[in-house]
Amino acid sequence: MSELTDTAALAPAPQLQGKQQIWERALIFAGIAFLVAAPLLGVYPVNLMTLMCFALFAAAFNLLIGYVGLLSFGHAAFFGTGAYVSGYAAKAWGWTPELALLAGALSGAFLGLIVGFLAIKRKGIYFSMITLALSQMVFFIALQAPFTGGEDGLQSIPRGKLFGVIDLANTNAMYAFVLVIFLAGVFALWRIVHSPFGQILKAIREHEPRSISLGYDVSRYKLIAFVISCTVTGVAGGLKALVTQIASLTDITWQTSGEVVLMTILGGIGTTLGPLVGAGIVKTLEDHLASLGFPVPVLIGAIFVACVLLFRRGIIGEIENWMKR
Amino acid sequence: MQTADTILEASRLTKEFFGFTAVKNVDLKVRRGSIHALIGPNGAGKTTVFNLLTKFLLPTSGKIVFDGVDVSAQQPAQISRAGLVRSFQISATFPHLTVLENVRVALQRKANLATQFWRSDKVLDTLNARATELIADVNLSNFIDTPAVDLSYGRKRALEIATTLALEPKMLLLDEPMAGMGHEEIDRVAALIRKAAIGRTILMVEHNLSVVSSLCDTITVLQRGEVIAEGPYSQVSQDARVREAYLGADHA
Repeated sequence: MSELTDTAALAPAPQLQGKQQIWERALIFAGIAFLVAAPLLGVYPVNLMTLMCFALFAAAFNLLIGYVGLLSFGHAAFFGTGAYVSGYAAKAWGWTPELALLAGALSGAFLGLIVGFLAIKRKGIYFSMITLALSQMVFFIALQAPFTGGEDGLQSIPRGKLFGVIDLANTNAMYAFVLVIFLAGVFALWRIVHSPFGQILKAIREHEPRSISLGYDVSRYKLIAFVISCTVTGVAGGLKALVTQIASLTDITWQTSGEVVLMTILGGIGTTLGPLVGAGIVKTLEDHLASLGFPVPVLIGAIFVACVLLFRRGIIGEIENWMKR
Repeated sequence: MQTADTILEASRLTKEFFGFTAVKNVDLKVRRGSIHALIGPNGAGKTTVFNLLTKFLLPTSGKIVFDGVDVSAQQPAQISRAGLVRSFQISATFPHLTVLENVRVALQRKANLATQFWRSDKVLDTLNARATELIADVNLSNFIDTPAVDLSYGRKRALEIATTLALEPKMLLLDEPMAGMGHEEIDRVAALIRKAAIGRTILMVEHNLSVVSSLCDTITVLQRGEVIAEGPYSQVSQDARVREAYLGADHA
């Protein structure tokens, strides 16, 4: 390591990284503190819970686009499937919420395995097109199948009793449950990105042929990442069904797929906090503007254009880049 | 057919692209422990042969035997694990990973630290000692925490070689390792290749005959997809057909 000392130019780098880490940690603690205190501050909890569901969804999506370089343009299929399956399990079979969520997760994983298997060998735009096409098929099934409620969706899904004990009809209990699942999900994704496996994913994103030449079966790694992403997306969908007590076609449309792309790009692709911030901004805007009667898609489109033209790294990405300088 | 002395043997290797025959009945034997060059003018089919040998392309017909095993139908990642590892013409590094991380990626597979998604990446620090050694071998110790993207072209090459050697391959296939380099860098990379050749076999594709003259034991010359000469530099460089291929008919 003594050879390192003569490279004065390199010295500041680790220090800045440390500063960035402190900054990031402070932001994470502030975020958690806000989420814990929010119901006490009078923020409408259902909005915040829904927001957390979408934030988890965006974080799961970001695992693919940010760390494997795969743009799935049909991720709402897994979100919607998770919502329908969890909702159905809770409503028709009377499953407890934790089991209903597990069912949502498994449905996301299973569907992810099928879609991933078909799409993963394609690259770039072709991968995106296949995921979009397959998600449209899932949408069509949701529209036609007898158990999804067609245009109406599944309504008045019971939140049930957690482990058969804690009644989640109580908003505070539900809020705590959602918060725990959300934090656990985000932590799991963070752990995966910062794991030995995550390092290989980054290598594949950076230079796929080289990863192959180093002996890695890249399709297998991509498929594992895809299934993980879909599983967490299924959890997010299931959680959303329990929070809003509705699973509807909106959850599964390509517009929702597009929305999660926007959230992630706006917040910052390939950053831990970006998708969460992006989801927060988009959902908050939607909630406020919809009540004012403002045509939301216009604004969403404008944000998207601004993002691509002015700050391509996204909000968190730009901040991180600025911190590095 | 194959003796223990031959590590890689291609027989009657042919590749057609939509009716165009890029490589035709190429026979190639690489002696274990040698530095072997595959050269030829532009469009001779060097890169195609290279991609066939590394399985990035599937041959239309022909057979490839590596270390006594028929690998004709194997996947590229598979033969890499068997010990036949390739480099790329445009330096293949992971640009936004540091030099240390680049080398560690190569070490992770054998250390069984590639699929664990539930563990902290801090466990990869156990690979640092070996990675640091490999990095020192190619004189990159001063750049250990530098992202690969910030390295000069020659240093990217050096990093690529360190990453490849991390796999402890039996044989290296180098795709134009000196392409786009100045004299000084060529000498540096030639020295690295000589060092890497200790205890292993190297097959390199090169455009330039003079670059390989002092480095290689055996030279195979390709033209229009076919082998036209093979032997040590002194012999090949005197071959009338080789002179014609390189200098044009007037000089032959």
